[in-house]
Parts: sequence; structure tokens; C-alpha cells
Amino acid sequence: MIRNILVFLLIFCSIALNAQENQGPNMADTFRNDGKIYVVISVISIIFFSIVLFLIYLERKIKRLEDKLKDH
Amino acid sequence: MIMKHWYKIISVLIIFYTLVWGLLNPVPRLDILNETIRNVYYHVPIWFAMLFMMSVSLIYSIKALSTNKLTDDIKGYNAAVVGFFFSIPGLLTGSVWAKFTWTTWWTFQDPKLNGVAISILIYLAYFILRFSIIDELKRARISAVYNVFAFVMMNVFIMILPRLTDSLHPGNGGNPAFAKYDLDSNMRMVFYPAVIGWLLFSFWLFQIKNRISFLNNKLDD
Repeated sequence: MIRNILVFLLIFCSIALNAQENQGPNMADTFRNDGKIYVVISVISIIFFSIVLFLIYLERKIKRLEDKLKDH
Repeated sequence: MIMKHWYKIISVLIIFYTLVWGLLNPVPRLDILNETIRNVYYHVPIWFAMLFMMSVSLIYSIKALSTNKLTDDIKGYNAAVVGFFFSIPGLLTGSVWAKFTWTTWWTFQDPKLNGVAISILIYLAYFILRFSIIDELKRARISAVYNVFAFVMMNVFIMILPRLTDSLHPGNGGNPAFAKYDLDSNMRMVFYPAVIGWLLFSFWLFQIKNRISFLNNKLDD
């Protein structure tokens, strides 16, 4: 019984996988299936957040200068 | 604290969302474009941010003409600088995208590319004009008048002329506009937020630039 279910599941999986291999225009399907796209996303995120952090650092520096000038 | 920085927080959150979901969400499967259709989320909002900053610059220039305030003049100039800054990544990303879909880095066949090149020269002339006038009030008035002219010319070259002739860009000269992408609600979910996020981000840069200018002015006094 369990064997039958397993076989059925495997066949179903292979059909599902086959269905994903589309005949249309090429897309980065394997790229996404591998899961490695998350590496790219994390790299982009790191770059973006370092830029944002730099902007925040700049703003704090400007704020300090503004306060300094206000005191004069 | 949040009252003051709300738009920066929103812009960072939205852009982060578009960076992640823009790569993961399902997109229409089209020949030639393939996965590069995702560039719509990044290349186009950059240009929208540029147009937005040039509009801000126009508003402050007109304000400077009516109020004669030097602060408005400086804000108008700063907005133009930020807009100009956005046009550079806009050009570079467009060039890379063109290389892999239109097979060339730059084509003079496309009126939009030529229009953008001319517009950039027009704004370069605006900066040169400003640097060449030493008297502050005179500089404010002359450059504000020129800025109104520059904005109108940019719109003629980027928005109007490409729509009258054939263009490779969507939405111009009989090409299907965003309507084609807009049909895909998945792309709309990323594209519209991306535009809002980058507009707010450009406004953040604009504010930073303003504060530096005013610090400079205060130090000069």
C-alpha cells in the first residue's frame, strides 16, 4: 500500500516537474528552482542597506553640524 | 522622530520589497525580453524619480522668481542636481538593457535616447550658466528663467517627440504602452510601489543636499 502511494507520488512529482519545463520563451526557471536566487537577493539587500546606513550616518553628521551652528 | 522621518522609512521599506519580490514574482513569458522584463521595476522608476526631481526644481524656480528668495533658488538648483544624478544610472541601466534586447548599447534610431541625451546637455548648460554668474540675485533670476525653459524642452524631447515617431520604447510611436504590462497584475504589484519608493528616496536625497547647502551658506555668513 505504502509502496503504491510512493510510486504514485513520484510519478506525480515527475509530471509536475515536466510541466514546469515549458516550451515557451526561456526564463530563469532552473535558476529559481536551485534556490540560489536568494543569494542574489541577499547581495542586493546588503548593498542597498549599506547605502541606506551611509545616508543615515550622513544625516546624523549634518544634524550635528546644524546643532553646532545653532549654538553660535 | 517617526513624524520627521516617515517618508524615508517608507521609501526604504518599499524599495527593499521591490528588490526582493521583483526578482521572485512571476512575470509574463515574452520572447527577446525574457527575464529582463524585470528591469521595468528598476530602470523605469529611476527615470520617474529623475522627472519628479526636475518638476520639483521647476516649482522652486518659479517660486524663486515670484518671491525673490535665495533659499528657493538653492532648492531649485539642488533638485536639478539630484535629478541629474538619477539620469546617470537611468542611462547606464537602459544601455545595458538595450545591449541584451536591442543588441546595441546605444541606437540613434530611438528618439527617446536622443531626447534624453539632448535633455542632459540642456541641464548641463543650466549648471554651467549658474557657475558662470557670480552675483547671487542675478544668478537666481537668470537660472530660474532658464530652468523653466529647460524643463519644457526636456518634456518635448522625452515625452512628446518620441510619441510622434517610431520608437523602440513601449508607449511610444505605436508601440504598446505600459498597458501591456499593466494587464499583468503581478507586475503592477511591484512596479507601482517601486515608483513611489524611488520618488520618496529621491526626495530624501534632495533634503540631504538642501541641508548641506544651508550649512554652507551659514558658514559663509
